[in-house]
Amino acid sequence: MSSPHSSVATPQATRLAPPLAGARNYPAQKPAEVYLFGTCVLDLFFPEAGMDAIRLLEREGIRVHFPQGQSCCGQPAYTSGYTDEAREVARAQLALFSHDWPVVVPSGSCAGMFRHHYAELFHDEPATLRQVEALAARTYELAEFLLEVCRIQLDDRGSPIKVALHTSCSARREMGTHVHGRSLLSQLGQVERVDHDHESECCGFGGTFCVRMPDISGAMVRDKTAALAGAGADAVVSADCGCLLNINGAFEKQQQSLRGEHLASFLLRRTGGKSDGVQS
Amino acid sequence: MSAHADTPAIPISFKRRAHDAVHDAQLRKNFRGAMDFLMAKRAAQFPDGDELERLRAFGNRVRARALSKLPDLLQRLEANLTRNGVKVHWAETVDEANAIVHQIVAAHEAKQVIKGKSMVSEEMEMNHYLEGHGVDCLESDMGEFIVQLGNEKPSHIIMPAIHLNAGQVASLFHDKLEVDYTEDVDRLIQIGRETLRRKFFEADIGVSGVNFAIAETGSLLLVENEGNGRMSTTVPPVHIAVTGIEKVVENLRDVVPLLSLLTRSATGQPITTYVNVISGPRKADELDGPQEVHLVLLDNGRSQAFADSELRQTLNCIRCGACMNHCPVYTRIGGHAYGTVYPGPIGKIVTPHMLGLEATRDLPSASSLCGACGEVCPVKIPIPAILRRLREENVRPPAAEPHHMRGQGSKYSRRERYTWKAWRTLNTSPRLYRLFGLAATRLSGLIPADIGPWTEHRSAPKPAARTLHELARDHLGED
Ligand code: SF4
Repeated sequence: MSSPHSSVATPQATRLAPPLAGARNYPAQKPAEVYLFGTCVLDLFFPEAGMDAIRLLEREGIRVHFPQGQSCCGQPAYTSGYTDEAREVARAQLALFSHDWPVVVPSGSCAGMFRHHYAELFHDEPATLRQVEALAARTYELAEFLLEVCRIQLDDRGSPIKVALHTSCSARREMGTHVHGRSLLSQLGQVERVDHDHESECCGFGGTFCVRMPDISGAMVRDKTAALAGAGADAVVSADCGCLLNINGAFEKQQQSLRGEHLASFLLRRTGGKSDGVQS
Repeated sequence: MSAHADTPAIPISFKRRAHDAVHDAQLRKNFRGAMDFLMAKRAAQFPDGDELERLRAFGNRVRARALSKLPDLLQRLEANLTRNGVKVHWAETVDEANAIVHQIVAAHEAKQVIKGKSMVSEEMEMNHYLEGHGVDCLESDMGEFIVQLGNEKPSHIIMPAIHLNAGQVASLFHDKLEVDYTEDVDRLIQIGRETLRRKFFEADIGVSGVNFAIAETGSLLLVENEGNGRMSTTVPPVHIAVTGIEKVVENLRDVVPLLSLLTRSATGQPITTYVNVISGPRKADELDGPQEVHLVLLDNGRSQAFADSELRQTLNCIRCGACMNHCPVYTRIGGHAYGTVYPGPIGKIVTPHMLGLEATRDLPSASSLCGACGEVCPVKIPIPAILRRLREENVRPPAAEPHHMRGQGSKYSRRERYTWKAWRTLNTSPRLYRLFGLAATRLSGLIPADIGPWTEHRSAPKPAARTLHELARDHLGED
């Protein structure tokens, strides 16, 4: 079907990822209690973001439970092809959420694991599958939960600032929660969101991909950091700690001053909340 | 046995080629620009997201239905083609397919073959094979012509010469065709066409691919933009079409949505300039067309994919190339780095069936599973899920039953398996996990040994002073 390489038009490179097709139904009432699933990357590298998520939820009048038995959603093994190992880790998480409270996850990709991939892991265990489906139905990504279930109203107390939002591929393509991040930022009166070039493109993290294919992943994160830095933003926020680990590591290596922070920390700080979490 | 300099004992690895490609600034620029252009063209064709989703779901159902009755449809296709006067040949391997083509060529004492674009002929390395038998093959698709002139392989399934910019094509034409150097794209096309025009009339045989083989009517549908496909299939006295067994659809009605999805997804065109429907050789009362039409149906590993309900979805593919256009990996390394006929996301999931997992061991890993491919695929092939599955097949013990794929376990490593088992133990035991979180060297021994690569492009990650588990316990109490 080819025709020769014609002149290359200026692309719509900054075209924003559109909302995901198929709307999710949200409960009419805000719950009194929720579980927080912190995720393993956040646990070790961005614990303050987890605390800030807890504070945001508490400020909405919700009691937060953090099951101490939680570890990892199982995604690293799952995407590496170690399905049996992933299933056992997933099984251990399933046992933690015995009440029917919503499970809030400050990460699009781990929330996506609960909502979409656990069913694949347990497809031939009917009893577990029912449990998995119930969990999927009450799992929310943090930004999604704050906006759609808490119907949060943010009161910006900060000074004018330009912010670039990086959304993870799972947030955009599995959870459709990139739009929630944008909506939350747009509630902040003094915040101007700036869109970076190739906003809808992967940052190159991809779990073990970044160490298995260092050249390709490195090229991707260099492009992503260049786009973020080139967007004229004063701050970079994201609701996924895997991406943040990757992007911040690259910023630091390039000796750039810009750093990404978790959306929860940014929102809490802008609205006068105080984070007593430890800075990493 | 010492390896000759030209034929390294260890083939150049995917990683090595990827490394070279990401450091080739010209290549990066050409692909980024071209992919952005193609993405924008496609996006303009699908302004309504809901309509697109409906159409993709429809396309998926049409393909899934065809595959669900594949053996039956192939029989009907053969019967109806035969009734129309087309000779049908079956080839399990590329060697068999080449031998069939050679027999036809030999029977006609053909010396010159002109080819329309065909990826299956690339799969067969037909040009190389026929040239070895003293037959000249000339590519007539402009992109293929350029690639052949430069002694290269296609870097994209729809746009074979997409890795070159106008200046590079200008130099090539100047060197090989001995014409004045010009970067004027229209002039370059003109030069190419003038060179090709005579060849259509000199060729003994025309070869083409097939976009859809229609069982009910016994016809072969071929889309193209340059008219070279029509020339290749009508001017020479003999036409040989080559295609994969998965290209069959039930009837003409099924073609309508697929055709629309194909051209809009591929080049952002509502329809191609030419849509050829070939339903047999020239009839007694007709003035033109070939006297003989052959169809070679190639398996080449497709049956292996067909046998597994998940992997079978690979065969839904209508070869639009949208997955490569949207792939952040393909955009950065280009088509040649894959070292396979089909590059990009579709190449990663279809080639392991053709060459075995051993020969393609790195391809399933060369993805961040970002999902861009699956999001745009017009027939909804869950490419990321299939890549994950191929990773699983790659790390299963080589002898484990059931055996789904040739080359199973090509990345099987006991060490890595034990690492993941240790990871599992850690993450299923709250006590161990807590200890691990407390340990100063929180990452050592966990991530596969090649963590070194992380720090090539990033500073090393620094674990926080205290874990969220600890902070949350202080704040919320034990839960
Ligand atoms: S896998 Fe899908 S997107 Fe890729 S070439 Fe095939 S049909 Fe097109």
